[in-house]
Amino acid sequence: MSNDTVLVLVVITALAFDFTNGFHDTGNAMATSIATGALPPRVAVAISGVLNFVGAFLSLAVAATIASGLVATGDVTLTVVAAGLAGGIIWNLLTWLFGIPSSSSHALIGGVIGSTMAAAGGSAVLWHGLVSKVVLPAVLSPVIAALVAACGTWLLYRITRSLTEGGRRHGFRIGQIGSACVVSLAHGTNDAQKTMGVITLALIANGTLTAGSNAPVWVIVCCALAISIGTYLGGWRVIRTLGKGLVEIESPQGMAAESASAAVILLSSTFGYSLSTTHVATGSIIGTGLGKKGADVRWSVAGRMATAWVFTLPSAAIVGAISYGIAYGVGGTFGVILVLILLAALSGFIYWRSRATKVDHNNVNSEWTGGVSPDKVPVETAAA
Amino acid sequence: MSWINLTALWKIIVFGLIAGAGLPALFAGGLYALSLGPKTARTATAGVDDGDSDVLVGGSVVGMVLAAIAFLVILAAIGWSVYEIYTLGHPAPKK
Repeated sequence: MSNDTVLVLVVITALAFDFTNGFHDTGNAMATSIATGALPPRVAVAISGVLNFVGAFLSLAVAATIASGLVATGDVTLTVVAAGLAGGIIWNLLTWLFGIPSSSSHALIGGVIGSTMAAAGGSAVLWHGLVSKVVLPAVLSPVIAALVAACGTWLLYRITRSLTEGGRRHGFRIGQIGSACVVSLAHGTNDAQKTMGVITLALIANGTLTAGSNAPVWVIVCCALAISIGTYLGGWRVIRTLGKGLVEIESPQGMAAESASAAVILLSSTFGYSLSTTHVATGSIIGTGLGKKGADVRWSVAGRMATAWVFTLPSAAIVGAISYGIAYGVGGTFGVILVLILLAALSGFIYWRSRATKVDHNNVNSEWTGGVSPDKVPVETAAA
Repeated sequence: MSWINLTALWKIIVFGLIAGAGLPALFAGGLYALSLGPKTARTATAGVDDGDSDVLVGGSVVGMVLAAIAFLVILAAIGWSVYEIYTLGHPAPKK
């Protein structure tokens, strides 16, 4: 089946997903640097955007997993990919609205699996690939990241215990900037590849590429651009939850958390595990709270996140399946177009809702008062 | 085919600890070396509130050299890892 109109629409939707992926995840790299004041918020997101762009060119291992390891490519049509993307984007925007750092990867994978199942039944899903390359890494990676971050935090405070408080803070702010940059690079490497994988999947479904192909260069460049622009715009709501909501963070903890995230993400990408940078970053931040005496982890916030993680795959799958149902019910090119119009309308609505409780670079660091929207008078804290 | 790749798992844990906790610890060691010397000692004995002083460089030459070595090792490790990831991350397409 070859249909170039639909192919173009799918590629645009995929890039839109990549964009939401960027701004949903800026916080993974930069939340702790912004929270400790190591970097001004806007500088932080700009650096992160550039490094995401560079990172996208580093590796193709994860793209290969998405393109050929999760669903039987023979059963995937362009409509399936479009519906799957719709599922991923909607879930990403909803979690962003509530400031929950859920996994963009799971949203995407869930969406594609849901629409594949709706189209071709459960047998079209490569369950073994799904469990071994997505579900298990999702469970294990935050634990490993927390372990590494806890060890790192303990070591950092131990080694520098003779330094003055101010000297330590100053020194680790510099280190934190370096480690946050590596996380941004890692994010580009891991996450931009997911969209590359999906576009490759669409190109295979359309017959433009043969099964098992690598992502073409134009796909890599477009994905790198989309994710870096998204990152630059910054998902301030998620940054706030990660930087202020989970643990109150000092600069040595920030550096420990980011180093742990960077190491775990880069190592896993190399093995082709499409793990969630979000899960890893959250695990690291919790770990850094565990590694320092007297630090409090807000377990209620952590619990809310974990709940969102569990629901992400199935929820995105359901939205993906419904989208496929609509596209299939209407039929043909128009069916796909209708789904994308609905998607755009819903995205616009969510964006409109978000304006009511705006979080931006001015109030991202305001005192945590129990929810993502800062209270009405964050003026002094925001100026600091 | 097994559900869980144990080789990959232990590699991620061990190398994760070396790179993710070891390198920042080396950075901390560098900061410690940098702080050796008279300048930081003076602020401490003068009874200045520790929290307000952000003097980082102590002035000891040996300390500064050790710190520079530590920081260079970290930069080299990052550069080398990125290069490794690049070479490993571009497999030949499957036939």
